[in-house]
Amino acid sequence: MDLDLTPDEDAFRAEARAWLAAHVPADPLPSLETAEGFAAHRAWEAELSADRWSVVSWPEEFGGRGVDIFKWLVFEEEYYAAGAPGRVSQNGINLLAPTLFDHATDEQRARVLPSMASGEVIWAQAWSEPEAGSDLASLRSRAVRTDGGWLLHGQKTWSSRAAFADRAFGIFRTDPDAPKPHQGLTYLMFDLRAPGVTVRPIGRLDGKPAFAELFLDEVFVPDEDVIGEPGRGWRIAMSTTGNERGLTLRSPGRFLASAERLLRLWRERGEDPAVRDRVADALIGARAYQLFTYANASRFAAGEQIGAESSLNKVFWSEYDMALHETALDLLGADGETAAGEWAEGYVFSLAGPIYAGTNEIQRDIIAERLLGLPKGRR
Amino acid sequence: MRFLLDTEQAEFGRTLDRMLGAADTPSAVRAWAAGDPGPGRDLWTRIADAGVFALAVPEAYDGVGLLPVELALAYVELGRHAVPGPVVETAAAAALLADLAEDGGTEGGAAKEWLPRIAAGRAVVSLGAEPDAFVLDADAADAVFVAAGSKVRRAVVRGAVVESADPARRLFRVEAGEIVAEDAARAVARATDLAALLTAAQSLGVGLELLRRTVEYVGQRKQFGVPIGSFQAVKHRLADALLGLEFARPLVFGAALSLAGRGSVASVSDHGAVGRADERARKDIAAAKVAAGEAAYRAALAALQLHGAVGYTEELDLSWWLRKARPLRDAWGTPARCRERVVSGGR
Repeated sequence: MDLDLTPDEDAFRAEARAWLAAHVPADPLPSLETAEGFAAHRAWEAELSADRWSVVSWPEEFGGRGVDIFKWLVFEEEYYAAGAPGRVSQNGINLLAPTLFDHATDEQRARVLPSMASGEVIWAQAWSEPEAGSDLASLRSRAVRTDGGWLLHGQKTWSSRAAFADRAFGIFRTDPDAPKPHQGLTYLMFDLRAPGVTVRPIGRLDGKPAFAELFLDEVFVPDEDVIGEPGRGWRIAMSTTGNERGLTLRSPGRFLASAERLLRLWRERGEDPAVRDRVADALIGARAYQLFTYANASRFAAGEQIGAESSLNKVFWSEYDMALHETALDLLGADGETAAGEWAEGYVFSLAGPIYAGTNEIQRDIIAERLLGLPKGRR
Repeated sequence: MRFLLDTEQAEFGRTLDRMLGAADTPSAVRAWAAGDPGPGRDLWTRIADAGVFALAVPEAYDGVGLLPVELALAYVELGRHAVPGPVVETAAAAALLADLAEDGGTEGGAAKEWLPRIAAGRAVVSLGAEPDAFVLDADAADAVFVAAGSKVRRAVVRGAVVESADPARRLFRVEAGEIVAEDAARAVARATDLAALLTAAQSLGVGLELLRRTVEYVGQRKQFGVPIGSFQAVKHRLADALLGLEFARPLVFGAALSLAGRGSVASVSDHGAVGRADERARKDIAAAKVAAGEAAYRAALAALQLHGAVGYTEELDLSWWLRKARPLRDAWGTPARCRERVVSGGR
């Protein structure tokens, strides 16, 4: 057992650190949940991509560096330590790309991945519906067969980044007569500017249109944009949730950097002893999350699957993120009320963590039933 | 990078688990608490035969150590089986005497006298450090050392046992006697770190066993015609207990690696900075101690609540783990002291 980085990994760290030091914008970009900020972040994605830093773990042919998960973790640590901007492409990179690597055709990969890596096409996720959140399999939006493709009908909601994004991916019901709700679903990609798509931005708690509702009326999707076999959408969507990239929805680097920033804030504000323990817990939690992730990465590198453990991950980081930001706001006192600051924006974002990506209530059920073996019961 | 136990380490843990599982540790704990150390000493010998104490003793004194990772692994098992006695203190005392001998001077005598016996399981040694007023299990120990300031002294028991919240922890006040070492600040600090790390590991084991027993219980205990483990409120409480323990575990092993000087991944609170190795280890251990201590304590509260009134009795073996969680959380570094260490310095 060890936690030693190889000289090669250390060299990679140094290379990433040097590049970031030379390129990270001196001033924070405007919020990526605004039109202006979205454009600025898209430009940053392009800059990252030009020197192959946007998707370091991808194969080189798609714009990456082909590095393993340990180097990816190192890169993320450096990225956030350097104070680099949040990733506007993360829905595509973390959620759609793994699905493409596992289930798409070569043609689809060649067409979609490079433009995702460069920020030229930014993706939104179209999974949730008004009647289908935690019980996602009850979704009702349909895709109906037509010449050379499918026609989408229905409504999606809580689509993050959809207010400004270019394209979306989601699952749709293609066989309404299938015996079980998980069957007869199809995974596909569509254009948010296609005829028949209406995007209604939804202001989140700070008023920024961080997500949107999508109304779909006979939206044409060509066969080439269907991922995997029609009718197998559920399996495809679920098969990528627990794997390597399932580790990557929130990288430890981000929380390590945030915890360090919190420690600095605490010191700047006079080391209030009443808040000391919570600052310590933020540091401890970031380290715990880092090491938990390195352990999972080690298991993954050894050929093991990461399964329901990803539910532990999700509950941990979402609650950690909130606690960290609440502590920062307490340190800021009355200054924390102004919604303009970085901490305030992070706080609002953190409040959604226990809700999205599967509510924490559902995650706790999964932990209890699959990891502890408790009997299933009524929710 | 391979932040996982290797095959040999995992097998060592399983072997210890099997051996302790077959040894009827609850009986040994009951006897120990009643002042009869006999069964506990027998258990002690078997633990030593499995190689545990040798992990804290250098090769020059018939040991194989110091091996913090293997020690941490072993102490998780000792916690899981509620092994009584100054197990942490004996290992820490071994590290202390070995360091003193290495630092030179006249202290080699104590190392020669005690270390081979500790490695072989023939000596139970307790250790106290100011400002903690009590020494654990001093009546059953063959030797007691106390660290006061930069000095290390032998100590003698003063007075009768002082009742602990955990009857298996027999607390004594001691009187400092002959000086063993004058200038021992570094060795004392290192021994204290090891004691904190192994207490954290022991806590983790205690918490894991509390959770295991509780999961088993709620799967069988029925109310309203169904197992109570099928209720969401029960599930979520246990899911939280597991969360705490599973995120404490890597901190414990990460801290053990830091103490062993094996780990170039940035440490807690010095990301991107080159911290002094012992300072980094100290912070990592403090972090592990907080997380494991709190997680075990939370698991104890969940276990108590979900066992209902039956858990609130000393008749159930569960009580040995329930009552250990809180004292272990505070021994060798209270959460407050450990958190203070985590935020200190590092600039």
